[in-house]
Amino acid sequence: MSIDMSQFYQVFFDEAAEHLASMESLLLAFDPDAPDADQLNAIFRAAHSIKGGSGTFGFTDLADVTHILETLLDRVRKNEIALTRGMVDVFLRAGDVLRGMLDAHRNGAVADEAASIEIRATLERLANNPGGIPAAEGAHPLAAKTHTSVRNVYRIRFANSPGIFPDRLHLANLLDDLGNLGKIENKIITDDAVDLLLTAYASEADLREIFSFFLKPEQFAISVQETISGNAAGQSYGLFDESYPARADGEGYGFFVEPGAIKPGMENAQGYGFFEEPVSRTQPPPRLDARHDDVPGRRAADRVSAVTGSDTSIRVSVGKVDAMINLVGELVITQSMLAEIVSSMDPVLHEQLINGLAQLERNTRDLQDSVMSVRMMPISLVFNRFQRVVRDSAGKLNKKVQLKIIGESTELDKGLIEKISDPLTHLVRNSLDHGIEHPEERVARGKDPQGTITLRAAHQGGNIVIEVSDDGAGLNRERILATARENGISVSDGMSDEDVWKLIYAPGFTTAIAITDVSGRGVGMDVVKRNIEGIGGRVDVTSRQGKGSTVAIRLPLTLAILDGLSVAVGGQIYIIPLGFILESFRPGAGDINEISGQGKLIQVRGEYLPMIALHKVFNIKPRVSDPTEGMLVLLETEGRKVALFVDELVGQHQVVIKSLETNYRKVDGVSGATIMGDGRVAMIMDVSSLVKLSQRPMPQHGD
Amino acid sequence: MQSGQETGAAGSGRELLTFTLGAEEYAIDILKVQEIRGYDAVTSIANTAEFIKGVINLRGSIVPIVDMRIKFKLGRVSYDETTVVIILNVANRVVGMVVDGVSDVLTLKAEQIKPAPEFGAGMDTRYLQGLGTVDERMLILVDIEKLMTSREMELVEAAESAA
Repeated sequence: MSIDMSQFYQVFFDEAAEHLASMESLLLAFDPDAPDADQLNAIFRAAHSIKGGSGTFGFTDLADVTHILETLLDRVRKNEIALTRGMVDVFLRAGDVLRGMLDAHRNGAVADEAASIEIRATLERLANNPGGIPAAEGAHPLAAKTHTSVRNVYRIRFANSPGIFPDRLHLANLLDDLGNLGKIENKIITDDAVDLLLTAYASEADLREIFSFFLKPEQFAISVQETISGNAAGQSYGLFDESYPARADGEGYGFFVEPGAIKPGMENAQGYGFFEEPVSRTQPPPRLDARHDDVPGRRAADRVSAVTGSDTSIRVSVGKVDAMINLVGELVITQSMLAEIVSSMDPVLHEQLINGLAQLERNTRDLQDSVMSVRMMPISLVFNRFQRVVRDSAGKLNKKVQLKIIGESTELDKGLIEKISDPLTHLVRNSLDHGIEHPEERVARGKDPQGTITLRAAHQGGNIVIEVSDDGAGLNRERILATARENGISVSDGMSDEDVWKLIYAPGFTTAIAITDVSGRGVGMDVVKRNIEGIGGRVDVTSRQGKGSTVAIRLPLTLAILDGLSVAVGGQIYIIPLGFILESFRPGAGDINEISGQGKLIQVRGEYLPMIALHKVFNIKPRVSDPTEGMLVLLETEGRKVALFVDELVGQHQVVIKSLETNYRKVDGVSGATIMGDGRVAMIMDVSSLVKLSQRPMPQHGD
Repeated sequence: MQSGQETGAAGSGRELLTFTLGAEEYAIDILKVQEIRGYDAVTSIANTAEFIKGVINLRGSIVPIVDMRIKFKLGRVSYDETTVVIILNVANRVVGMVVDGVSDVLTLKAEQIKPAPEFGAGMDTRYLQGLGTVDERMLILVDIEKLMTSREMELVEAAESAA
């Protein structure tokens, strides 16, 4: 009684969210025309686990909904009723309601009771009348065949001892599971054995499966007493309809119990208490709950992992990981500080010290890599939720759309994953709503009536590129231009496509003819662009009329660490992110061409590239002002190449990015700062903004 | 200034850190002071005002340094081992300011603080909380948080974009 359950809430929330997610993805993958027993079982187990957890922790509202859901799923997997598309929709909706409740509990808010009542009613309607889903929801009843199966009367005996059932909860739990299957009769419970008769449609194998959750094979015996062949569907139907409510009272099946009746238990997180009363039948407690793990140990654990699909993992708060990353960052700095001190020592005299430090450097780097990888998550975390978005929205828009996902195992920083989710949602919805045409229209254009939206992720140099593309109509150049004129944006018909596409980033810009439920309010692209640029990324749109459009998002791999080349100008050190660097070299006098008033051009293998003198951009007095005595670093950004003139190259480092904005503000041409081996601060160059900066007229002072 | 003056007048006494800029002696709320250190290893920032000397590494965080002597055209600007930086903690930011020297820590009672008249000190009277008298010395009480977050110090983004 006195255990404070609240300390486990977070774990429950996380687990339940995971189960919900896996349930959703399983439901989405489920094909009602070709039901897969394994999938059904996995869906059932996910629901069951949520119910178990929520019951244990006293979240009765969650338990209520999952209970009905589980019951339905259970009947589905036993082939008592067939799963239809309509039911899948209802189940998905139930998942949403559950997620809403979960969020509400997590934030200590009150869950939306109306939604809960509504979904419970819908589910119960389904339970009583599986075929009777409104046609509008896409039901196509396949039921009935299940009712031809036979009923068996099983004689079941199993051992009962404190070692197997530590308390009567466990036993009640098992009996409840059996109660779900059919009718229990002649139940005799003694201190060392339980004997009962069960009349059910379930096969013997199903029963064994249930028992194996609790007992070793030698601890139970199941035999068929009698087989009642269901001679007519009508008969079994009749029995069903009768026995169902009967069970509700007789066996405490419980989903007809008023939610109010079981409320008191949850009010003060004392859900635990209410289980110890005999009413525990109203809430069959979990069998996958941690407390049960010791019972059938391995089996239960196997099942949990089958549900979540993960092998061995631990939950760690992001704060802890970040603290670790920061510490490793400091370690890297200290290590390079030591390396610098040692570099001035006599290598013969201090050979061992130098070797030791070399070893330390390798270890530090490995440590850093593995710590950083903790924060890296596969992008499938974001991508997979779009299956649902596409499915739902396509239905609403009366379009046929399939979602293709490529490169979902590409990893990127967790912080980035969270931040790209919203922009990607905008883009996918845009594609659904504006990109993909209606099936008739597609057929008329000679396309497959089913449109395709492709989400693609890949590494490209130091960046990750995420593309959202569709094979729809593409952007409509004329309409964009017309809308731009209406909105008072100055445009000309001679603008390049690239410039026209850029217009869609203007705030409030929409070419959608009608505002739909899915998108079209014109708050899309400017927000997308702003969000992406906020995390150091870029958005590019390409489109071909009639063929579709592609939005590419380019993001830095991680926000915390960067490979950079350090260069010196005057007395200052700057870090150039390696991803932008093509090469560096010292130019010969003949490679430099001066154009009056336009600055210098450098000839590199037949290409003329503008030269940017870093000391001019940053107003520093350089040590060398003649490019032939300094170094040129060839940079590529946004498809343009420039040569950056610096005094000299210093070295290549992995640097920890520190924000300048924590205590100061944004500085043009600089994306952040880092701490070098000697403890000094060095600025990290923002190559794109540097290039822009260099195109502005220079202030008159400085060299 | 208003809010600062009220707290100054209401409290029975305020602990202040005093520092000098040229011939003038200034006082700031000691609770805003994080530490005092020497001037060392400052990395300059391109294209900023002259009084923003740059940033330093203060135990892993990047802290900007402003030179009040340049900003308010007071005192002789030179950097050596006796140059003092007061590290302030204002508006959840850490900022360092270079001054001529730190004098002492003292407590000023409300009656020792007089409202500041319009006068030609280096600092705008908007950032002054009043004048304090201790023995023969006159202290200029500065609302350092207001000053450091002001637009003219160019330290804060919001103030910058409001310009």
